[in-house]
Amino acid sequence: MTLDSLAFQMINGLASASGLFFVAAGLSIIFGVTRIVNMAHGAFYMLGLYLAVTLADRLPGPLGYWGGLLLAALAIGLLGAAVEILLLRRIYHVPELYQLVATFALALILNDAALWLWGPEDLLGPRAPGLKGSIELIGRRLPEYDVFLAIAGPAVLLGLHLLMKRTRFGRTVRAATQDREMVAALGINPALLFTAVFALGACLAGLGGALQTAREPANLSLDLAVLGDAFVVVVIGGMGSIPGAYVAAVLVALTKALCIALGTVDITGWAFNMSKLTLVAEFLVMALVLVLRPQGLFGRPHGAPARGQADEAPLRPLGASGRTLAGLALAAALAVPLLASAWAYAPVLALDMLVAVLFAASLHLVMGPGGMASFGHAAYFGLGAYGTALAATGLGLPTVPAFGVGILAAGAGALVFGWFCVRLEGVYLAMLTLAFAQIVWSVIFQWEEVTGGSNGLIGIWPDWPFDSRAGLYLAALAVTVAGLLMIRRLIHAPFGHALRAGRDARRRAEASGIDVAGIRWLAFLASGLLAGAAGGLYAFAKGSISPETLAVGRSIDALVMVLLGGLSSPAGPVLGAGAFTLLQDMVMRETAYWRALLGALILALVLLFPGGIAGGLSRLAARWSPAR
Amino acid sequence: MTAAAPVLRVEGLAKSYGGVRALDGVSFEVQAGELLALIGPNGAGKSTCFNVVNGQIRPDAGTVRLAGRDITGRAPRAIARLGVGRTFQIAAVFVSLTVLANVETAILASRGRSFGLWRPQDGQARDEALALLEQTGLAARAEHAAAGLAYGDVKRLELAIALAGSPRLLLMDEPTAGMGAHERLALIGLVQRLAAARGLAVLFTEHSMDVVFGHADRVLVLARGRVIADGSAEAVRADPQVRAVYLGRSGTEGRT
Repeated sequence: MTLDSLAFQMINGLASASGLFFVAAGLSIIFGVTRIVNMAHGAFYMLGLYLAVTLADRLPGPLGYWGGLLLAALAIGLLGAAVEILLLRRIYHVPELYQLVATFALALILNDAALWLWGPEDLLGPRAPGLKGSIELIGRRLPEYDVFLAIAGPAVLLGLHLLMKRTRFGRTVRAATQDREMVAALGINPALLFTAVFALGACLAGLGGALQTAREPANLSLDLAVLGDAFVVVVIGGMGSIPGAYVAAVLVALTKALCIALGTVDITGWAFNMSKLTLVAEFLVMALVLVLRPQGLFGRPHGAPARGQADEAPLRPLGASGRTLAGLALAAALAVPLLASAWAYAPVLALDMLVAVLFAASLHLVMGPGGMASFGHAAYFGLGAYGTALAATGLGLPTVPAFGVGILAAGAGALVFGWFCVRLEGVYLAMLTLAFAQIVWSVIFQWEEVTGGSNGLIGIWPDWPFDSRAGLYLAALAVTVAGLLMIRRLIHAPFGHALRAGRDARRRAEASGIDVAGIRWLAFLASGLLAGAAGGLYAFAKGSISPETLAVGRSIDALVMVLLGGLSSPAGPVLGAGAFTLLQDMVMRETAYWRALLGALILALVLLFPGGIAGGLSRLAARWSPAR
Repeated sequence: MTAAAPVLRVEGLAKSYGGVRALDGVSFEVQAGELLALIGPNGAGKSTCFNVVNGQIRPDAGTVRLAGRDITGRAPRAIARLGVGRTFQIAAVFVSLTVLANVETAILASRGRSFGLWRPQDGQARDEALALLEQTGLAARAEHAAAGLAYGDVKRLELAIALAGSPRLLLMDEPTAGMGAHERLALIGLVQRLAAARGLAVLFTEHSMDVVFGHADRVLVLARGRVIADGSAEAVRADPQVRAVYLGRSGTEGRT
């Protein structure tokens, strides 16, 4: 490493930090006032970039370019206002989890809107008029635009600081961030304030995106990539703190810059390519901050909210009718291979369903009884799939041990990430799980020598007796049933009761001697192992896997399955996964806009049917047998 | 530990927030079978004192001894296992469990068996749990969901949960807050009977003066983080300093 390459990477890092800061600051301001973590914030950034590229192309001259940037940011601000009025106002009162998935649904819809408007190709904007050149710094040429961006970040930070300190709007926002009851007492229209704050936050994200016009092409995967980064920044800086967002953005960007500048280093004879470790470095910074200051560098300590699920019926042993239904379902599942002669596709679809059921059930364990909303469960699914695939193809292990390796890999991931996650609550936990999943995805995507990078791994076939369609299906059925029985044992055991107790009233549980963090950690581990098993089955079922296997979309699919089935019912994930797989197979494959369809489905669930299928069924049952 | 050691002995507790001294050299004892009321105006340091004993807050100075054993600064769950039960100002129970399972879960936790993964909980501590529900007058509701209980019953269930670990010391933060006069006296009477029967030491904070002066064996008055009086209800009631600092201003409103 030389000093000039470090300086070069530093400026580059500060330029990226600015973009990240705009998004994170917007996220933070919105959370401060509305207590909503806006999962669609990355989509605002992405749309800001698309819009700015389009406007820069259409409007003439430098004025058109720079004016276009501002117009794009303002347009995103207006979009934010519309979203607040049309969607958020309906979800301020619903549980946190539903707010998270509703704004995520919005992100899906906005992503498809971008696909419809701009098509799937990357769009590269024109270079910035007036800043096309480069300046020389200790023998290296730095793009002027990067220098401009590096300055723009602190400039906007200063502007926001003045806005918050000097204006009536800013004072109101600060008052509302500290005490929401205050707003009504001050005689301010809260609805107007919330709309204005959301518009401001969206505008900042839009600006962050628009300013990238001359630096990177607009593409449809930016929204989630930026969202994951912004979550890391917000967790490090502390939710609700604008200076915290800037310091954290700089910290993350400089850590990455340092890794890249270091290049390949020799440590005791091993050559490490540090530039490929940027994601791991980012993770380590976050982990360190979380251990030392769980509320983030500039955040205030956050208390544990009581999050009892008052609508959840106590667990009862399965009644006679429940046992009959479960038996019938099992018999039907066993009979599926017999259908193959008449309907060859049946075992394939049924196998997909089994994988989905096991995966959804694993998520439900931490989300339902555990009360921990994981937005990154695909990480464990993917670790299971890749672990199995690598053991089977790379190490040449037989099917069963390879499957075991996959499960263990997922368990190891859950053990490490879970340790951090169980120390957090609510939205912080959701953000962290998503960030972890992004990190695992990126590592697998970048580690080409082992994982095959974007091409993935192929030729993962099971050996005898699992090499026939029926053989693999029956084995998967056995694994899934065993997994479901294990979950059932766990939640009826003292462990499951302690888990629910910790969710219902954490301080009460601790005052009774329950090790809530330990119980949650174990639940996380069990869930990771099961998700890994689902991933292993998936790898054998498909024969090939790619980073798509553990992309955020898979985490969201599982969330939708759990919500569709009903969060507060043990049968929920089974019903939800079954229904979702059918829906996906029959409807979503027919359209290029399946994300928007999925988003609409989620919004319908959150706004209209929060109990899911299981909730609906039990309401029906109650209506039909009033004697009970 | 010696036979003479009081169940709880607090010595020289100090805790500051910023420049404000929430606790400033607080010392007191609670004996087995005794009900000690901790009173004082708002901001006197009652909650801080309580949370230090319970382990939720680490003091700047001072020690907390349980039957002679130093427990200062231990985690709440460790203190719970050593025999300290507590209830919260806003009663907290496990709403998704049945009334019975609430108590069973707490009993198993106190025995360090929360990590039981295989054998169903049902039946592992059923008899003890039912006995506790009997004592707290909730036996008829054992199979009901805790979510559906009336507030008075929630308070009693929380008491049963707090007693699940057979504690030596029971901490109750505003045990009768939010209850009507009749319910209030019934609950504190129940606590008094249970304390006598189990030889339990009880430390409670309370705003209702009828509860304090009618049922506490001893009253401890805090003001600005210091103990200004410690003695029988009669002695404290007559204390001129207490009258000036405390009863003079807010005592009348509490005497309903």
